[in-house]
Amino acid sequence: MNSGGIMVMKSRTLRRHFRESFKNLSRNGWMTFAAISAVTVTLLLVGVFLTILLNLNKAATDIENDVEVRVLVKLDATKAEQQELKKRLSNLPEVASVTYSPKEKELQNLIKDMGEDFALFEQNNPLYDVFVVKTKRPADTPKVAKKIKNFQYTEDAIYGEKKVERLFSFLKTSRNVGLVLSIGLLFTAMFLISNTIKMTIFARRKEIEIMRLVGATNWFIRWPFLLEGLWLGLLGSLLPVAAVMIGYSYVIGAMTTYMQGHFIQPLPYSPFVWQISGILLLIGAFIGMWGSFVAVRRFLKV
Amino acid sequence: MIEMKDVTKKYPNGVTALRGVDISIKPGEFVYVVGPSGAGKSTFIKLMYREEKPTSGQIVVNGVNLSTLKDKSVPLLRRQIGVVFQDFKLLPTLTVYENVAFAMEVIEESPSAIKKRVMEVLDLVGLKSKARMLPGELSGGEQQRVSIARSIVNQPKVVIADEPTGNLDPDTAWGIMDIFEKINAKGTTLVMATHNKEIVNTIRRRVLAIEDGRIVRDEQRGDYGYEI
Repeated sequence: MNSGGIMVMKSRTLRRHFRESFKNLSRNGWMTFAAISAVTVTLLLVGVFLTILLNLNKAATDIENDVEVRVLVKLDATKAEQQELKKRLSNLPEVASVTYSPKEKELQNLIKDMGEDFALFEQNNPLYDVFVVKTKRPADTPKVAKKIKNFQYTEDAIYGEKKVERLFSFLKTSRNVGLVLSIGLLFTAMFLISNTIKMTIFARRKEIEIMRLVGATNWFIRWPFLLEGLWLGLLGSLLPVAAVMIGYSYVIGAMTTYMQGHFIQPLPYSPFVWQISGILLLIGAFIGMWGSFVAVRRFLKV
Repeated sequence: MIEMKDVTKKYPNGVTALRGVDISIKPGEFVYVVGPSGAGKSTFIKLMYREEKPTSGQIVVNGVNLSTLKDKSVPLLRRQIGVVFQDFKLLPTLTVYENVAFAMEVIEESPSAIKKRVMEVLDLVGLKSKARMLPGELSGGEQQRVSIARSIVNQPKVVIADEPTGNLDPDTAWGIMDIFEKINAKGTTLVMATHNKEIVNTIRRRVLAIEDGRIVRDEQRGDYGYEI
């Protein structure tokens, strides 16, 4: 026997399910309002959280990418020996790029950072010629620095040692904490929605009972509720989406003037906001449908 | 039409509602099920449309073996069985027409077929003129007639009624019985659990008496057999 399941649905029936789901939304006005509010509050929190988390992630990547090994070249190394060192550095498999920075340039940077007082050293430059080495993966930096230290013609290889390691572990922890928190938030939201839809279904249990008596398939009964859950989720995510869109443009505006030229930059508005909006809408739709699926299951005794 | 072989039903709470029931109902029969409250009448009825599953024994309804019927096929069984209840089970927000049409929409009939058939059955139960009214605007007897119309709208082979006149005054009850007789006369098998002595003793049909979970009496053209 064909059970008339999820796959075969006449378009007339599909239209009926849509009509029913909209009817149910307005019929249970206060329930609808409560469910939408639950989604809105949760997704607002998730939206803000995601924005902070992703920007923190971006900052971490910016910092990670800025980590470099400064290889100080021995003062007595000749030009040819310097070239040899450069070749050896470039040949390391973990290394992405090697840039030469002569001691004159190093001094200019120092003067720029520390002030004109340091211009005195122009007479007798005490600095080293430097190769700036960037690794392909920031996490390889300590390993690479250690290796380079033992190279011939190398005076020292500096990368901020402990500071960088501590920064990496801090970023890792904050990322994990953020992830756990947002998953917790989402589960709370699902629970809230599931409960709200359970109440709207409870109010219609007589209708479901009659549908089962006259031979409606479980999917026929389930669809309007799933759609209702979908609308609740989508409607609930509208406000959070708007909040992120408007709020983030303000944040970006404030940040760009403040962080001008800094190597850490917030995520650019254009793709980021659309991605976040898409994610929020998807989450809303998913938790709405999931919530009603769980709620209906109890009443269908399957 | 309906066969039960050694059917026993124990509920999880320990109550044994039916013990070793054997019964055979032929197509087109009209059967009363009588007996004191709590004797197992409702369980007997519920087993027929697979609202409950037997603990042991075999049930075959309209050629379908309910013991091997999968859960997802239950809706298809229900489409071959009309069910009528004491409390009507109508949807208060839908009109008379919509309540009856509901049973056809659910099985995805075409709108034109629905319109034609719904008006046909509303005519049969004498409510054609009240098609646009809500259940709350009708009398109890009229509401029960709507629920009967809904039970037969998909042309089932069997109609099962659980105390259909229980909430109605005697005059109205006779009106309901007229409709049931009409339906039975067209060849539909009818099983009706009832406490209405007068009806059973007047419209003489086969009587099954259930006491303490057993069939204690099975008579063609029987009487009610209980005082009150």
